[in-house]
Amino acid sequence: MTTPAPSATIRELRDSVRSGARSAVEICREALARVRASDPALHAFHTVTADRALARAADLDRDRDRWRDAPLTGVPVAIKDNLCTRGVRTTAASKILETFVPPYDATAVARLERAGAVVIGKTNCDEFAMGSSTENSAFGPTRNPWALDRTPGGSSGGSAAAVAARLAPLALGSDTGGSIRQPAALCGIVGLKPTYGRVSRYGLLAFASSLDQIGPLTLTVHDAAIALNVIAGADPADATSAPEPVLDYTTALTGDIRGARIGVPSRLLENGPGGPDGIDREVAGAFRTALDAFASRGATLVDVDLPHARHAVAVYYLVATAEASSNLARYDGVRYGFRAPFDRHDDALGSMYARTRAGGFGPEVKRRIMLGTYVLSAGYYEAYYLKAQQVRTLIARDYERAFERVDAVAMPTSPTPAFPIGERVADPLQMYLADVFTVSANLGGLPAVSVPCGFTAGGLPIGLQLVGRRFDESAVLRLADAYERDTNWWKREPAHV
Amino acid sequence: MPAGVTRAQVEAIAALAQLDLDPSEVELFTRQLCDILAYVDELQQIDTSGVPPTSHVAPGGASDRPDEVRPSLDPPDALANAPDAARETPLGSFFKVPRVIG
Repeated sequence: MTTPAPSATIRELRDSVRSGARSAVEICREALARVRASDPALHAFHTVTADRALARAADLDRDRDRWRDAPLTGVPVAIKDNLCTRGVRTTAASKILETFVPPYDATAVARLERAGAVVIGKTNCDEFAMGSSTENSAFGPTRNPWALDRTPGGSSGGSAAAVAARLAPLALGSDTGGSIRQPAALCGIVGLKPTYGRVSRYGLLAFASSLDQIGPLTLTVHDAAIALNVIAGADPADATSAPEPVLDYTTALTGDIRGARIGVPSRLLENGPGGPDGIDREVAGAFRTALDAFASRGATLVDVDLPHARHAVAVYYLVATAEASSNLARYDGVRYGFRAPFDRHDDALGSMYARTRAGGFGPEVKRRIMLGTYVLSAGYYEAYYLKAQQVRTLIARDYERAFERVDAVAMPTSPTPAFPIGERVADPLQMYLADVFTVSANLGGLPAVSVPCGFTAGGLPIGLQLVGRRFDESAVLRLADAYERDTNWWKREPAHV
Repeated sequence: MPAGVTRAQVEAIAALAQLDLDPSEVELFTRQLCDILAYVDELQQIDTSGVPPTSHVAPGGASDRPDEVRPSLDPPDALANAPDAARETPLGSFFKVPRVIG
Protein backbone atom coordinates (compact mmCIF):
# COMPACT_ATOMS: atom_id res chain seq x y z
CA MET A 1 0.00 0.00 0.00
CA THR A 2 1.23 3.48 -0.85
CA THR A 3 1.95 5.81 2.03
CA PRO A 4 -0.61 8.59 2.13
CA ALA A 5 0.91 11.86 1.06
CA PRO A 6 -0.33 14.15 3.82
CA SER A 7 0.10 17.37 1.88
CA ALA A 8 -1.61 16.17 -1.26
CA THR A 9 -3.37 19.02 -3.02
CA ILE A 10 -6.65 18.94 -4.90
CA ARG A 11 -4.71 18.89 -8.14
CA GLU A 12 -2.49 15.95 -7.11
CA LEU A 13 -5.34 13.84 -5.78
CA ARG A 14 -7.62 14.51 -8.73
CA ASP A 15 -4.90 13.79 -11.26
CA SER A 16 -3.99 10.54 -9.53
CA VAL A 17 -7.61 9.32 -9.77
CA ARG A 18 -8.05 10.53 -13.31
CA SER A 19 -4.89 8.72 -14.45
CA GLY A 20 -5.95 5.53 -12.69
CA ALA A 21 -2.86 5.60 -10.44
CA ARG A 22 -5.13 5.61 -7.41
CA SER A 23 -8.77 4.87 -6.76
CA ALA A 24 -11.28 7.30 -5.28
CA VAL A 25 -12.09 4.71 -2.61
CA GLU A 26 -8.43 4.45 -1.57
CA ILE A 27 -8.15 8.23 -1.24
CA CYS A 28 -11.44 8.41 0.64
CA ARG A 29 -10.34 5.67 3.06
CA GLU A 30 -7.10 7.53 3.78
CA ALA A 31 -8.93 10.77 4.43
CA LEU A 32 -11.36 9.03 6.79
CA ALA A 33 -8.46 7.33 8.57
CA ARG A 34 -6.79 10.70 9.12
CA VAL A 35 -10.05 12.11 10.46
CA ARG A 36 -10.36 9.17 12.87
CA ALA A 37 -6.78 9.66 14.04
CA SER A 38 -6.72 13.46 14.38
CA ASP A 39 -10.23 14.65 14.98
CA PRO A 40 -10.66 13.51 18.58
CA ALA A 41 -8.00 16.12 19.45
CA LEU A 42 -9.08 18.80 16.94
CA HIS A 43 -12.89 18.56 16.82
CA ALA A 44 -12.93 19.98 13.30
CA PHE A 45 -15.94 17.84 12.35
CA HIS A 46 -19.49 17.62 13.70
CA THR A 47 -20.55 14.83 11.46
CA VAL A 48 -18.41 12.39 9.48
CA THR A 49 -20.29 10.83 6.58
CA ALA A 50 -18.02 7.81 6.19
CA ASP A 51 -20.46 5.32 4.66
CA ARG A 52 -21.97 7.83 2.29
CA ALA A 53 -18.50 9.00 1.23
CA LEU A 54 -17.20 5.49 0.57
CA ALA A 55 -20.31 4.61 -1.44
CA ARG A 56 -19.91 7.76 -3.45
CA ALA A 57 -16.19 7.07 -4.06
CA ALA A 58 -17.06 3.55 -5.19
CA ASP A 59 -19.55 5.04 -7.67
CA LEU A 60 -16.81 7.25 -9.09
CA ASP A 61 -14.47 4.28 -9.45
CA ARG A 62 -17.16 2.21 -11.17
CA ASP A 63 -17.88 4.89 -13.71
CA ARG A 64 -14.33 6.04 -14.39
CA ASP A 65 -14.97 7.21 -17.96
CA ARG A 66 -17.69 9.59 -16.92
CA TRP A 67 -15.49 11.30 -14.31
CA ARG A 68 -12.23 11.30 -16.28
CA ASP A 69 -12.37 15.02 -17.07
CA ALA A 70 -14.23 16.30 -14.00
CA PRO A 71 -12.35 19.00 -12.06
CA LEU A 72 -12.62 17.36 -8.61
CA THR A 73 -12.73 13.63 -9.35
CA GLY A 74 -12.30 11.72 -6.09
CA VAL A 75 -11.31 14.78 -4.04
CA PRO A 76 -12.43 14.52 -0.38
CA VAL A 77 -14.16 17.70 0.76
CA ALA A 78 -15.44 18.98 4.09
CA ILE A 79 -18.47 21.26 4.31
CA LYS A 80 -19.11 23.91 6.94
CA ASP A 81 -22.13 22.88 8.94
CA ASN A 82 -24.17 25.95 7.97
CA LEU A 83 -24.44 24.67 4.37
CA CYS A 84 -27.35 22.37 3.68
CA THR A 85 -26.56 18.79 2.73
CA ARG A 86 -29.50 16.67 1.67
CA GLY A 87 -30.09 13.83 4.13
CA VAL A 88 -27.09 14.83 6.28
CA ARG A 89 -27.64 16.68 9.55
CA THR A 90 -26.93 20.42 9.25
CA THR A 91 -26.79 22.26 12.56
CA ALA A 92 -25.02 25.62 12.06
CA ALA A 93 -23.43 24.54 15.37
CA SER A 94 -26.67 25.52 17.10
CA LYS A 95 -28.77 23.58 19.55
CA ILE A 96 -31.82 24.99 17.78
CA LEU A 97 -30.92 22.94 14.67
CA GLU A 98 -29.34 19.97 16.44
CA THR A 99 -31.64 17.49 14.68
CA PHE A 100 -32.21 19.31 11.37
CA VAL A 101 -31.81 17.15 8.26
CA PRO A 102 -32.18 19.30 5.13
CA PRO A 103 -34.36 18.06 2.27
CA TYR A 104 -32.05 19.72 -0.29
CA ASP A 105 -28.41 20.52 -1.03
CA ALA A 106 -26.87 23.97 -1.07
CA THR A 107 -26.02 24.89 -4.67
CA ALA A 108 -22.30 25.11 -3.85
CA VAL A 109 -22.36 21.59 -2.37
CA ALA A 110 -24.29 20.20 -5.34
CA ARG A 111 -21.76 21.79 -7.70
CA LEU A 112 -18.83 20.21 -5.87
CA GLU A 113 -20.47 16.79 -6.13
CA ARG A 114 -21.27 17.29 -9.80
CA ALA A 115 -17.57 18.01 -10.27
CA GLY A 116 -16.62 14.65 -8.74
CA ALA A 117 -15.95 15.64 -5.12
CA VAL A 118 -16.61 13.27 -2.22
CA VAL A 119 -18.15 14.91 0.86
CA ILE A 120 -16.57 13.35 3.96
CA GLY A 121 -18.33 15.40 6.62
CA LYS A 122 -19.62 18.60 8.13
CA THR A 123 -17.32 20.96 10.00
CA ASN A 124 -17.65 22.83 13.25
CA CYS A 125 -18.14 26.59 13.30
CA ASP A 126 -19.36 29.41 15.49
CA GLU A 127 -23.12 29.14 15.97
CA PHE A 128 -24.79 30.52 12.83
CA ALA A 129 -21.29 31.68 11.77
CA MET A 130 -21.34 34.36 14.50
CA GLY A 131 -17.86 34.56 15.93
CA SER A 132 -14.15 34.69 15.22
CA SER A 133 -12.91 31.68 17.17
CA THR A 134 -15.29 28.69 16.75
CA GLU A 135 -15.79 28.90 20.52
CA ASN A 136 -19.44 29.85 20.00
CA SER A 137 -20.29 26.36 18.76
CA ALA A 138 -22.99 24.69 20.84
CA PHE A 139 -20.99 21.47 20.49
CA GLY A 140 -17.62 22.63 21.83
CA PRO A 141 -14.67 24.48 20.31
CA THR A 142 -12.35 23.37 17.52
CA ARG A 143 -8.63 23.39 18.30
CA ASN A 144 -5.88 24.85 16.15
CA PRO A 145 -3.70 22.10 14.58
CA TRP A 146 -0.63 24.30 15.15
CA ALA A 147 -1.28 24.65 18.90
CA LEU A 148 -4.10 22.71 20.51
CA ASP A 149 -4.62 25.26 23.28
CA ARG A 150 -5.45 27.94 20.69
CA THR A 151 -8.50 28.64 18.59
CA PRO A 152 -8.39 28.04 14.83
CA GLY A 153 -10.14 31.38 14.34
CA GLY A 154 -13.65 31.48 13.04
CA SER A 155 -16.30 31.24 12.19
CA SER A 156 -15.21 28.58 9.63
CA GLY A 157 -12.71 27.20 12.16
CA GLY A 158 -13.58 23.54 11.61
CA SER A 159 -13.10 23.90 7.86
CA ALA A 160 -9.75 25.65 8.34
CA ALA A 161 -8.50 23.13 10.90
CA ALA A 162 -9.55 20.22 8.65
CA VAL A 163 -7.57 21.54 5.69
CA ALA A 164 -4.57 22.61 7.80
CA ALA A 165 -4.40 19.17 9.46
CA ARG A 166 -4.52 17.58 5.99
CA LEU A 167 -7.81 15.82 6.70
CA ALA A 168 -9.21 17.10 3.38
CA PRO A 169 -7.59 19.28 0.71
CA LEU A 170 -10.74 21.37 0.28
CA ALA A 171 -13.36 22.69 2.65
CA LEU A 172 -16.19 25.12 2.05
CA GLY A 173 -16.71 27.97 4.44
CA SER A 174 -18.84 31.06 4.59
CA ASP A 175 -17.55 34.59 5.10
CA THR A 176 -19.74 37.38 6.47
CA GLY A 177 -17.01 39.51 8.07
CA GLY A 178 -13.85 37.44 7.62
CA SER A 179 -15.05 33.96 8.54
CA ILE A 180 -13.13 32.24 5.74
CA ARG A 181 -10.04 34.46 5.62
CA GLN A 182 -9.30 34.86 9.35
CA PRO A 183 -9.36 31.11 10.21
CA ALA A 184 -7.35 30.43 7.04
CA ALA A 185 -4.74 32.91 8.29
CA LEU A 186 -4.71 31.50 11.82
CA CYS A 187 -4.37 27.93 10.49
CA GLY A 188 -1.73 28.63 7.80
CA ILE A 189 -3.83 27.90 4.70
CA VAL A 190 -5.48 29.75 1.79
CA GLY A 191 -9.01 31.15 2.18
CA LEU A 192 -10.95 32.93 -0.55
CA LYS A 193 -14.02 35.10 -0.09
CA PRO A 194 -15.37 35.64 -3.59
CA THR A 195 -17.17 38.79 -4.77
CA TYR A 196 -20.70 39.12 -3.36
CA GLY A 197 -22.92 37.31 -5.86
CA ARG A 198 -20.11 35.24 -7.40
CA VAL A 199 -21.26 32.06 -5.60
CA SER A 200 -24.91 31.18 -5.03
CA ARG A 201 -26.00 31.42 -1.40
CA TYR A 202 -28.87 28.98 -1.90
CA GLY A 203 -28.78 26.49 0.97
CA LEU A 204 -26.53 28.63 3.18
CA LEU A 205 -28.26 29.18 6.53
CA ALA A 206 -28.47 32.96 6.36
CA PHE A 207 -26.67 35.18 8.88
CA ALA A 208 -26.44 38.60 7.16
CA SER A 209 -27.76 38.34 3.63
CA SER A 210 -26.06 41.43 2.18
CA LEU A 211 -22.65 40.26 3.45
CA ASP A 212 -22.65 36.43 3.39
CA GLN A 213 -20.60 34.69 0.72
CA ILE A 214 -19.47 31.07 0.34
CA GLY A 215 -15.87 30.25 -0.57
CA PRO A 216 -13.10 27.63 -0.50
CA LEU A 217 -10.37 26.90 2.06
CA THR A 218 -7.41 25.08 0.51
CA LEU A 219 -3.68 24.45 0.89
CA THR A 220 -2.67 26.36 -2.24
CA VAL A 221 -3.89 29.30 -4.31
CA HIS A 222 -4.12 27.08 -7.38
CA ASP A 223 -6.47 24.77 -5.46
CA ALA A 224 -8.62 27.76 -4.45
CA ALA A 225 -8.87 28.71 -8.14
CA ILE A 226 -9.91 25.16 -9.09
CA ALA A 227 -12.61 25.22 -6.41
CA LEU A 228 -13.86 28.67 -7.43
CA ASN A 229 -14.19 27.48 -11.03
CA VAL A 230 -16.60 24.83 -9.78
CA ILE A 231 -18.76 26.75 -7.30
CA ALA A 232 -18.99 30.15 -9.07
CA GLY A 233 -21.82 31.18 -11.33
CA ALA A 234 -25.42 32.35 -11.55
CA ASP A 235 -28.14 30.24 -9.95
CA PRO A 236 -31.88 30.67 -10.49
CA ALA A 237 -32.37 29.72 -6.82
CA ASP A 238 -30.44 32.81 -5.60
CA ALA A 239 -31.67 36.09 -7.08
CA THR A 240 -28.51 37.87 -5.87
CA SER A 241 -26.17 35.48 -7.67
CA ALA A 242 -24.43 37.38 -10.45
CA PRO A 243 -24.72 36.80 -14.20
CA GLU A 244 -21.08 37.79 -14.85
CA PRO A 245 -19.29 35.09 -16.83
CA VAL A 246 -17.23 32.59 -14.83
CA LEU A 247 -13.61 32.54 -15.95
CA ASP A 248 -11.13 29.71 -15.66
CA TYR A 249 -9.41 31.27 -12.66
CA THR A 250 -6.43 28.91 -12.92
CA THR A 251 -5.38 30.61 -16.17
CA ALA A 252 -4.74 33.82 -14.23
CA LEU A 253 -1.99 32.11 -12.22
CA THR A 254 0.93 32.96 -14.48
CA GLY A 255 3.44 33.95 -11.84
CA ASP A 256 3.93 37.17 -13.78
CA ILE A 257 2.99 40.17 -11.66
CA ARG A 258 5.32 42.67 -13.27
CA GLY A 259 3.58 46.02 -13.44
CA ALA A 260 0.86 45.03 -10.98
CA ARG A 261 0.06 47.74 -8.48
CA ILE A 262 -0.56 46.83 -4.84
CA GLY A 263 -2.09 49.37 -2.48
CA VAL A 264 -0.88 49.55 1.10
CA PRO A 265 -3.20 51.46 3.46
CA SER A 266 -0.43 52.57 5.79
CA ARG A 267 -2.58 55.10 7.69
CA LEU A 268 -5.14 52.38 8.51
CA LEU A 269 -2.39 50.00 9.60
CA GLU A 270 -0.93 52.63 11.92
CA ASN A 271 -4.18 54.16 13.14
CA GLY A 272 -6.71 51.36 13.17
CA PRO A 273 -9.02 50.84 16.13
CA GLY A 274 -6.20 49.14 18.05
CA GLY A 275 -3.91 52.14 17.49
CA PRO A 276 -0.23 51.75 16.59
CA ASP A 277 0.01 48.78 18.95
CA GLY A 278 -3.07 47.12 17.48
CA ILE A 279 -1.06 44.88 15.21
CA ASP A 280 1.14 42.18 16.69
CA ARG A 281 4.82 42.94 16.06
CA GLU A 282 5.53 39.62 14.35
CA VAL A 283 2.42 39.96 12.15
CA ALA A 284 3.53 43.45 11.11
CA GLY A 285 7.04 42.15 10.37
CA ALA A 286 5.80 39.25 8.24
CA PHE A 287 3.52 41.63 6.37
CA ARG A 288 6.37 44.02 5.54
CA THR A 289 8.57 41.13 4.39
CA ALA A 290 5.76 39.90 2.15
CA LEU A 291 5.42 43.34 0.56
CA ASP A 292 9.14 43.20 -0.28
CA ALA A 293 8.58 39.84 -1.97
CA PHE A 294 5.89 41.34 -4.19
CA ALA A 295 8.19 44.21 -5.07
CA SER A 296 10.99 41.77 -5.94
CA ARG A 297 8.66 40.08 -8.42
CA GLY A 298 8.06 43.38 -10.16
CA ALA A 299 4.91 44.68 -8.50
CA THR A 300 4.72 48.32 -7.50
CA LEU A 301 3.67 49.25 -3.97
CA VAL A 302 1.43 52.30 -3.73
CA ASP A 303 0.32 54.02 -0.56
CA VAL A 304 -3.47 54.29 -0.52
CA ASP A 305 -5.78 56.04 1.88
CA LEU A 306 -9.02 54.41 3.02
CA PRO A 307 -10.17 57.16 5.38
CA HIS A 308 -13.37 55.44 6.49
CA ALA A 309 -12.05 51.87 6.78
CA ARG A 310 -11.24 52.32 10.46
CA HIS A 311 -15.00 52.57 11.06
CA ALA A 312 -15.72 49.30 9.29
CA VAL A 313 -16.07 47.29 12.51
CA ALA A 314 -18.69 49.69 13.90
CA VAL A 315 -20.61 49.65 10.61
CA TYR A 316 -20.33 45.90 10.33
CA TYR A 317 -21.69 45.11 13.79
CA LEU A 318 -24.72 47.32 13.17
CA VAL A 319 -25.53 46.07 9.66
CA ALA A 320 -24.76 42.40 10.31
CA THR A 321 -26.72 42.20 13.56
CA ALA A 322 -29.71 44.03 12.07
CA GLU A 323 -29.84 41.52 9.21
CA ALA A 324 -29.25 38.62 11.59
CA SER A 325 -32.11 39.62 13.88
CA SER A 326 -34.42 39.44 10.88
CA ASN A 327 -32.96 36.25 9.36
CA LEU A 328 -33.02 34.34 12.63
CA ALA A 329 -36.68 35.15 13.27
CA ARG A 330 -37.49 31.96 11.35
CA TYR A 331 -36.23 29.74 14.19
CA ASP A 332 -39.40 29.52 16.21
CA GLY A 333 -39.88 25.85 17.05
CA VAL A 334 -42.63 25.33 14.47
CA ARG A 335 -41.22 23.98 11.20
CA TYR A 336 -37.85 22.52 12.14
CA GLY A 337 -35.41 22.10 14.96
CA PHE A 338 -35.66 22.39 18.70
CA ARG A 339 -38.96 23.23 20.43
CA ALA A 340 -39.06 24.03 24.14
CA PRO A 341 -41.46 21.90 26.17
CA PHE A 342 -44.77 23.62 26.86
CA ASP A 343 -47.91 22.99 28.83
CA ARG A 344 -50.86 22.33 26.53
CA HIS A 345 -53.25 24.02 28.97
CA ASP A 346 -51.29 27.02 30.18
CA ASP A 347 -48.99 28.06 27.36
CA ALA A 348 -49.81 29.91 24.18
CA LEU A 349 -47.87 30.19 20.95
CA GLY A 350 -45.90 33.32 21.91
CA SER A 351 -44.42 31.84 25.05
CA MET A 352 -43.43 28.69 23.14
CA TYR A 353 -41.55 30.88 20.63
CA ALA A 354 -39.75 32.86 23.33
CA ARG A 355 -38.76 29.79 25.36
CA THR A 356 -37.67 27.86 22.27
CA ARG A 357 -35.41 30.70 21.16
CA ALA A 358 -34.08 31.26 24.68
CA GLY A 359 -33.23 27.58 25.05
CA GLY A 360 -32.07 26.98 21.47
CA PHE A 361 -29.72 29.92 20.84
CA GLY A 362 -26.36 30.41 22.56
CA PRO A 363 -25.14 33.66 24.16
CA GLU A 364 -23.43 35.23 21.12
CA VAL A 365 -26.43 34.64 18.87
CA LYS A 366 -28.77 36.09 21.49
CA ARG A 367 -26.47 39.09 21.91
CA ARG A 368 -26.50 39.79 18.18
CA ILE A 369 -30.27 39.33 17.86
CA MET A 370 -30.68 41.78 20.75
CA LEU A 371 -28.31 44.35 19.22
CA GLY A 372 -29.89 43.97 15.79
CA THR A 373 -33.42 44.29 17.15
CA TYR A 374 -32.36 47.37 19.10
CA VAL A 375 -30.77 49.17 16.14
CA LEU A 376 -33.80 48.47 13.96
CA SER A 377 -36.32 49.57 16.58
CA ALA A 378 -38.30 52.80 16.42
CA GLY A 379 -36.27 55.76 17.60
CA TYR A 380 -32.86 54.19 16.94
CA TYR A 381 -33.14 53.14 13.32
CA GLU A 382 -31.83 56.42 11.88
CA ALA A 383 -29.12 56.97 14.47
CA TYR A 384 -27.66 53.49 14.13
CA TYR A 385 -28.82 51.42 11.19
CA LEU A 386 -29.28 54.15 8.60
CA LYS A 387 -26.07 55.88 9.71
CA ALA A 388 -24.18 52.60 9.38
CA GLN A 389 -25.54 52.07 5.87
CA GLN A 390 -24.37 55.56 4.90
CA VAL A 391 -20.87 54.98 6.25
CA ARG A 392 -20.95 51.65 4.41
CA THR A 393 -21.31 53.70 1.22
CA LEU A 394 -18.30 55.83 2.19
CA ILE A 395 -16.17 52.73 2.88
CA ALA A 396 -17.12 51.24 -0.49
CA ARG A 397 -16.24 54.56 -2.18
CA ASP A 398 -12.82 54.58 -0.46
CA TYR A 399 -12.07 51.24 -2.09
CA GLU A 400 -13.42 52.35 -5.49
CA ARG A 401 -11.10 55.35 -5.37
CA ALA A 402 -8.16 53.16 -4.41
CA PHE A 403 -8.91 50.75 -7.27
CA GLU A 404 -8.53 53.60 -9.74
CA ARG A 405 -4.82 53.45 -8.86
CA VAL A 406 -4.16 49.86 -7.75
CA ASP A 407 -5.14 46.29 -8.65
CA ALA A 408 -5.40 45.06 -5.08
CA VAL A 409 -5.10 46.32 -1.51
CA ALA A 410 -2.82 44.37 0.86
CA MET A 411 -3.26 44.08 4.61
CA PRO A 412 -2.58 41.56 7.33
CA THR A 413 -5.64 39.28 7.50
CA SER A 414 -5.76 39.32 11.29
CA PRO A 415 -3.92 41.72 13.61
CA THR A 416 -2.77 38.79 15.74
CA PRO A 417 -1.90 35.13 15.29
CA ALA A 418 -4.10 32.41 16.83
CA PHE A 419 -5.12 33.30 20.39
CA PRO A 420 -5.66 30.94 23.35
CA ILE A 421 -9.06 29.30 23.76
CA GLY A 422 -11.03 31.26 26.33
CA GLU A 423 -8.94 34.46 26.13
CA ARG A 424 -11.52 36.68 24.44
CA VAL A 425 -14.80 34.98 25.32
CA ALA A 426 -15.72 37.36 28.13
CA ASP A 427 -15.23 40.52 26.06
CA PRO A 428 -17.26 40.42 22.84
CA LEU A 429 -16.20 43.92 21.77
CA GLN A 430 -12.50 42.97 21.85
CA MET A 431 -13.32 39.92 19.74
CA TYR A 432 -15.18 42.16 17.24
CA LEU A 433 -12.34 44.68 16.95
CA ALA A 434 -9.99 41.98 15.65
CA ASP A 435 -12.13 41.85 12.48
CA VAL A 436 -10.87 45.29 11.46
CA PHE A 437 -9.02 44.19 8.31
CA THR A 438 -11.57 41.70 6.99
CA VAL A 439 -15.01 43.30 7.34
CA SER A 440 -14.51 46.01 4.70
CA ALA A 441 -14.42 43.48 1.87
CA ASN A 442 -17.86 42.21 2.92
CA LEU A 443 -19.28 45.72 3.28
CA GLY A 444 -18.06 46.52 -0.25
CA GLY A 445 -18.89 43.10 -1.71
CA LEU A 446 -15.24 42.74 -2.81
CA PRO A 447 -13.25 39.56 -3.41
CA ALA A 448 -10.43 38.90 -0.96
CA VAL A 449 -7.96 36.10 -0.35
CA SER A 450 -5.81 35.22 2.64
CA VAL A 451 -2.52 33.46 1.87
CA PRO A 452 0.06 32.24 4.41
CA CYS A 453 2.92 34.75 4.84
CA GLY A 454 5.06 33.24 7.55
CA PHE A 455 5.17 32.09 11.14
CA THR A 456 5.76 33.63 14.53
CA ALA A 457 8.83 32.61 16.49
CA GLY A 458 6.46 30.36 18.44
CA GLY A 459 5.42 28.58 15.25
CA LEU A 460 1.97 30.11 14.71
CA PRO A 461 0.93 30.90 11.12
CA ILE A 462 0.43 34.45 9.83
CA GLY A 463 -1.81 35.43 6.92
CA LEU A 464 -1.63 38.13 4.25
CA GLN A 465 -4.83 39.46 2.73
CA LEU A 466 -5.34 40.84 -0.78
CA VAL A 467 -8.61 42.64 -1.58
CA GLY A 468 -9.57 43.19 -5.21
CA ARG A 469 -12.05 44.88 -7.48
CA ARG A 470 -15.51 43.40 -7.75
CA PHE A 471 -15.44 40.24 -9.90
CA ASP A 472 -11.67 40.49 -10.28
CA GLU A 473 -10.83 37.33 -8.35
CA SER A 474 -8.20 36.75 -11.04
CA ALA A 475 -6.08 39.68 -9.85
CA VAL A 476 -5.94 38.71 -6.18
CA LEU A 477 -5.41 35.03 -7.01
CA ARG A 478 -2.59 35.88 -9.47
CA LEU A 479 -0.80 38.00 -6.87
CA ALA A 480 -1.30 35.45 -4.09
CA ASP A 481 -0.11 32.61 -6.31
CA ALA A 482 3.01 34.49 -7.38
CA TYR A 483 3.84 35.18 -3.75
CA GLU A 484 3.19 31.54 -2.85
CA ARG A 485 5.62 30.37 -5.56
CA ASP A 486 8.38 32.34 -3.85
CA THR A 487 7.58 31.29 -0.32
CA ASN A 488 5.69 27.97 -0.24
CA TRP A 489 4.71 28.46 3.39
CA TRP A 490 1.89 25.96 2.87
CA LYS A 491 4.37 23.09 2.67
CA ARG A 492 5.13 23.38 6.35
CA GLU A 493 2.88 20.99 8.25
CA PRO A 494 1.43 21.44 11.72
CA ALA A 495 2.55 19.18 14.53
CA HIS A 496 -0.86 17.58 14.73
CA VAL A 497 -0.92 16.00 11.29
CA MET B 1 -28.07 60.52 21.14
CA PRO B 2 -29.01 57.71 23.51
CA ALA B 3 -26.23 57.48 26.07
CA GLY B 4 -26.80 53.90 27.08
CA VAL B 5 -29.25 51.08 27.37
CA THR B 6 -31.33 50.47 30.47
CA ARG B 7 -32.46 47.15 31.89
CA ALA B 8 -36.04 48.06 31.00
CA GLN B 9 -35.02 48.69 27.39
CA VAL B 10 -33.22 45.36 27.21
CA GLU B 11 -36.35 43.63 28.53
CA ALA B 12 -38.48 45.42 25.93
CA ILE B 13 -36.07 44.45 23.13
CA ALA B 14 -36.06 40.84 24.32
CA ALA B 15 -39.85 40.79 24.09
CA LEU B 16 -39.70 42.18 20.53
CA ALA B 17 -37.09 39.57 19.61
CA GLN B 18 -39.14 36.74 21.19
CA LEU B 19 -36.33 35.81 23.59
CA ASP B 20 -37.25 34.68 27.09
CA LEU B 21 -34.09 35.92 28.84
CA ASP B 22 -33.33 35.12 32.45
CA PRO B 23 -32.38 37.96 34.83
CA SER B 24 -28.64 37.25 34.61
CA GLU B 25 -28.79 37.47 30.81
CA VAL B 26 -30.68 40.76 31.01
CA GLU B 27 -27.97 42.12 33.26
CA LEU B 28 -25.14 40.83 31.05
CA PHE B 29 -26.68 42.11 27.82
CA THR B 30 -27.44 45.51 29.37
CA ARG B 31 -23.77 45.92 30.16
CA GLN B 32 -22.48 44.48 26.87
CA LEU B 33 -24.91 46.40 24.65
CA CYS B 34 -23.85 49.59 26.47
CA ASP B 35 -20.19 48.81 25.66
CA ILE B 36 -20.90 48.01 22.02
CA LEU B 37 -23.16 51.02 21.48
CA ALA B 38 -20.59 53.30 23.10
CA TYR B 39 -18.05 52.01 20.60
CA VAL B 40 -20.25 52.36 17.51
CA ASP B 41 -21.04 55.92 18.59
CA GLU B 42 -17.85 56.91 16.70
CA LEU B 43 -19.99 56.85 13.56
CA GLN B 44 -21.85 59.95 14.76
CA GLN B 45 -18.74 62.09 14.09
CA ILE B 46 -18.80 61.23 10.40
CA ASP B 47 -20.50 63.68 8.06
CA THR B 48 -22.94 61.61 6.02
CA SER B 49 -25.15 64.43 4.76
CA GLY B 50 -26.29 63.60 1.25
CA VAL B 51 -24.68 60.11 1.33
CA PRO B 52 -27.09 57.43 0.13
CA PRO B 53 -27.35 54.32 2.31
CA THR B 54 -26.04 51.00 0.97
CA SER B 55 -28.41 48.16 1.73
CA HIS B 56 -26.97 45.68 -0.74
CA VAL B 57 -23.98 45.41 -3.06
CA ALA B 58 -25.46 43.23 -5.82
CA PRO B 59 -24.73 45.23 -8.99
CA GLY B 60 -28.09 46.08 -10.53
CA GLY B 61 -29.89 44.57 -7.54
CA ALA B 62 -31.50 41.17 -7.41
CA SER B 63 -32.58 39.64 -10.69
CA ASP B 64 -36.22 39.05 -11.57
CA ARG B 65 -37.70 35.75 -12.65
CA PRO B 66 -41.06 34.93 -14.20
CA ASP B 67 -43.82 34.49 -11.66
CA GLU B 68 -44.57 30.88 -12.48
CA VAL B 69 -45.67 27.92 -10.41
CA ARG B 70 -42.74 25.53 -10.04
CA PRO B 71 -42.24 22.28 -8.17
CA SER B 72 -41.27 22.73 -4.56
CA LEU B 73 -40.92 20.53 -1.48
CA ASP B 74 -43.43 17.69 -1.14
CA PRO B 75 -45.49 17.94 2.06
CA PRO B 76 -43.79 14.90 3.66
CA ASP B 77 -40.36 16.49 3.09
CA ALA B 78 -41.57 19.86 4.32
CA LEU B 79 -42.92 18.30 7.51
CA ALA B 80 -40.04 15.88 8.08
CA ASN B 81 -38.20 18.20 10.52
CA ALA B 82 -41.26 19.51 12.36
CA PRO B 83 -41.27 19.10 16.15
CA ASP B 84 -45.00 18.34 15.89
CA ALA B 85 -47.09 17.77 12.77
CA ALA B 86 -50.21 16.08 11.46
CA ARG B 87 -49.39 13.96 8.45
CA GLU B 88 -51.93 12.95 5.82
CA THR B 89 -55.01 13.38 7.99
CA PRO B 90 -58.48 13.89 6.49
CA LEU B 91 -57.88 17.63 7.02
CA GLY B 92 -54.54 17.49 5.20
CA SER B 93 -50.95 17.71 6.42
CA PHE B 94 -49.93 20.57 8.67
CA PHE B 95 -47.61 21.84 11.41
CA LYS B 96 -49.05 21.70 14.91
CA VAL B 97 -48.51 24.57 17.35
CA PRO B 98 -49.75 25.52 20.82
CA ARG B 99 -53.04 27.36 20.96
CA VAL B 100 -52.92 30.82 19.40
CA ILE B 101 -55.99 32.37 21.07
CA GLY B 102 -56.31 32.22 24.84
